[in-house]
Amino acid sequence: MSIQTPEASVALPAKALASKRRSLFIRRPFFTIALIVAVGYVLAALFAPYVAPFDPVKQDFNVMMQPPTSAHLMGTDSYGQDILSRVIFGARYALIIGIFSVMIGAVGGLIIGLAAGLSGGWSEWALMRLIDAILALPSLILAVAFIAILGQGVDKVVIAVGLSMIGPFARTVRSDVMQVRIQLFIEAAQLMSISYLRVILRHILPNVIFPLAVQVTIRVSEAILVSSSLSFLGIGVTPPTPDWGLMIAEGRGFVSFAPWMSAMPGFALAFLLIALSIVGDGVREEFDPKLRRDT
Amino acid sequence: MLLKALGKIAQTFVVLFFVSVASFGLLKLAPGDPIQIMLGSEYSQASYDSLKAELGLDQPFLVQYADWAVQFVQGDWGTSYVARAEIFTYAFKEALPVTLTLASFSLLFAILVGVPLGVLSAIKKDTIFDAGSAVLALTGTAFPSFLLGILLIWFFAVKLQLFPVMGYVSPWENFRLGIYHMILPGLTLSTYFIAMITRLTRATLIEVLDQPYIAAARARGEPNWRVVWVHGVRNIAMPLVTILGLQLGVLLQGTVLTETVFNLPGVGQMLTSAVLGREYLVVQAGVMMTATLFIGVNLLVDLSYPFLDPRLRSRK
Repeated sequence: MSIQTPEASVALPAKALASKRRSLFIRRPFFTIALIVAVGYVLAALFAPYVAPFDPVKQDFNVMMQPPTSAHLMGTDSYGQDILSRVIFGARYALIIGIFSVMIGAVGGLIIGLAAGLSGGWSEWALMRLIDAILALPSLILAVAFIAILGQGVDKVVIAVGLSMIGPFARTVRSDVMQVRIQLFIEAAQLMSISYLRVILRHILPNVIFPLAVQVTIRVSEAILVSSSLSFLGIGVTPPTPDWGLMIAEGRGFVSFAPWMSAMPGFALAFLLIALSIVGDGVREEFDPKLRRDT
Repeated sequence: MLLKALGKIAQTFVVLFFVSVASFGLLKLAPGDPIQIMLGSEYSQASYDSLKAELGLDQPFLVQYADWAVQFVQGDWGTSYVARAEIFTYAFKEALPVTLTLASFSLLFAILVGVPLGVLSAIKKDTIFDAGSAVLALTGTAFPSFLLGILLIWFFAVKLQLFPVMGYVSPWENFRLGIYHMILPGLTLSTYFIAMITRLTRATLIEVLDQPYIAAARARGEPNWRVVWVHGVRNIAMPLVTILGLQLGVLLQGTVLTETVFNLPGVGQMLTSAVLGREYLVVQAGVMMTATLFIGVNLLVDLSYPFLDPRLRSRK
């Protein structure tokens, strides 16, 4: 991780250096709050069976479509299922789908991006056009196309959303590779007749992985949004899975007399997305070498 | 410059070629047999084979691709298996105009609201107004559009009964009723873009206002509004157009969700029902239309730079 030259840190103004020493959490109060919210979601997802007051798929026809009461804090849906419990279990699905699909996208993007950045000539040109072609389709529509092939279900959604995210990852990896491969230490390593594969693994990859990790944290929220959009469209996760997108879609038909059915899982999703995007912005501004050099 | 433009156009066609091969090949991999779906549960082997030959599904992959590509360019997109309708009519003449109307209406609205908001927060940088619009912009970009649509329906259509709950009337046939039906979906779809344009306008305008030519304009004694709205805003056009071109995908996927929320018969609804009915040809048509639109608009964006920035005109 020696992309930062020593002069760069000396050149930083004294004030910036002083503020660097203060804790990230004090400097960015919104980031801290958002992080706490996001961690809360993760904890709720991890300990869902202990936190949720009811079984998320237990139907009780005596309490169908009740507004929020003390027994059912977020009300019940058209099958008498407790919405709060479903929202808590829904966090599991949202986070699992979000994290795993981003991983698929990041690995795929890393491979294509490395190949495009390291190869030259017409194969690079062709790979770039391939990335352009992937990027020509918005991730939701690409995911819809993959769902058409794969079918529905949690695992299918993970794969479809993951594959649809390869394009943006590949593009950022490629531009990072382009920057790294002209650095002097790469030339030096090659002059020392270190094998090409070793140069890639030991010198190029470490410089690409870190910005990629930053991208991963930023794009988790996108993956969650796309996956819940698929469920909302009715082609993602299948009922009775407590998935937020699915719950919002189910409540859509009852919006005139039971608006909480859509609103509760909807706000759960919205708060998570807003928290994640604040966390993502903070992570990017703190750790993205490109942004850091600008300031 | 002409050569450069021609190069860009050639590049665009290569990308389109990749998209078409991928969308064709990918859907060939799909499980499920369209012929079985068409014939239902009971059929004889002879009728199966004859239908397969009739649809050309017994040919090798490359032949099928070439056949398909030629037919596609000619506007022969096949027949929808389930709907038993011409896909070209269904997708291109019926669904696409709905999507484009919604998308352009929302984009226009977003620019009309977002740019002034961004300019105001750039001028009033670090005030309460700026902080407030930053919070709104952050919320607006992260808020799921389908939830917003449902909330708007609940409040404006169900509670206040100001607008229709759902349904589509083409503004090209009945302008007033069309716009009336378009307001809630348009508001839903444009929220993300208002937020994004506000953020972008603010960030770029703050940079532009630091430039020497702004100081020069001020030194000439030009009034503040002229400095900001003429010298400043004109120079944010290029980054704005670039980002809007790249964000067109977000607009298109937003229409998919908005159409579902408001029951608009656009490309989004077409895609969803095609996936559920395993109608690969329709999915293909939707994918190809979306990608072509995206690629075409971004080509236009690339080609428009010399018009937006005179400095780029002289370059050979």
